[in-house]
Amino acid sequence: MKSVFVTVGTTSFDDLIACVSSHDCLQIIESLGYSRLILQIGRGTVAPEPFRTESFALDVYRYKDSVKEDLRKADLVISHAGAGTCLECLEKGKPLVVVVNEQLMNNHQLELAKQLHKEGHLFYCTCSTLPGLLQSMDLSTLKCYPPGQPEKFSAFLDKVVGLQK
Amino acid sequence: MVYLLMLAAGAGAVAVVLVLRLWMVLRTQDVSSRQSVSLLVVAGSGGHTTEILRLLEYLSSAYSPRHYVIADTDKMSTNKINGFELYQAERKPSNRATEYYIHRIPRSREVRQSWLSAVFTTLRSMLVSFPLTFRLKPDVVLCNGPGTCVPICLSALLLGILGIKKVIIVYVESICRVETLSMSGKILFHLSDYFIVQWPTLKEKYPKSVYLGRIV
Repeated sequence: MKSVFVTVGTTSFDDLIACVSSHDCLQIIESLGYSRLILQIGRGTVAPEPFRTESFALDVYRYKDSVKEDLRKADLVISHAGAGTCLECLEKGKPLVVVVNEQLMNNHQLELAKQLHKEGHLFYCTCSTLPGLLQSMDLSTLKCYPPGQPEKFSAFLDKVVGLQK
Repeated sequence: MVYLLMLAAGAGAVAVVLVLRLWMVLRTQDVSSRQSVSLLVVAGSGGHTTEILRLLEYLSSAYSPRHYVIADTDKMSTNKINGFELYQAERKPSNRATEYYIHRIPRSREVRQSWLSAVFTTLRSMLVSFPLTFRLKPDVVLCNGPGTCVPICLSALLLGILGIKKVIIVYVESICRVETLSMSGKILFHLSDYFIVQWPTLKEKYPKSVYLGRIV
């Protein structure tokens, strides 16, 4: 049973939730072979009704202590451009579609999504282009993402604070 | 009139002394060797918290106690931090002896809040941040750019200016920032001791910054 996990992070992203839970989008998702859609909607005002049919289930929640479990189980993640979720997905090797929130101040999150998209690690779109992208994308074209190196940071910090080994 | 002039001269003198002190504090490189480091981590909220916890993952148990500061409107960070600390203690037995605390301060800037009103909320945060920073007197302040980190870093600087303690301020610009600095980054670029960026484009634009590659 393949599933799609949609996450908006700490705040809200009503446009994304409205788009992905629309009739058209649900049909596209089902036609791609997914039988479950999980929405993490944060403090958004758009809260679709969960439902369950024989072939498809929609689950909706606001927050969980950790979305790790849902990320782990998902076969496809659709996310806001938050760095945390992006990096977590890429490290777990989850196919990721980042949807950019055009209404956010300065929209600086675009920078990261754009860069990671440029390097071929994820798909990236806006709410209006999401349905088209879902239909046309080829998940096998995504490049895997090498892990960051926090150990370099700890070595640097040890040095500058004068920590004795 | 004479009083006014004297008052102005007095204020000017104080300002010059403060600026000089600030300059001295920023130039001081405190590398006295030490056995343990008291760390104040500004976790902020959301992605900032996730990112800064990744930075902490490889720090040795000498970084104790660890004081986390989070925004009071933040619902998720407490659980993330507790989960992280639990994981660290399970992973490395030496981490079990280390201590950590979580402190809450008013958020400086909500998403979509205007910059002008942000100035006032930052001042309000200062009223909480300074007593907190004064009480904790950390060796190092580590932050990665949520609005909450500005009042904390200013407080840490103030400790230096007042001659109470030289706090090393380490700023890590979020991995989100590929081409431009965040507002906090722009403010703290000149006020931090070490300013770390994670993309080569930023290192080119800000040669004084430190580039260690992608560290989260």
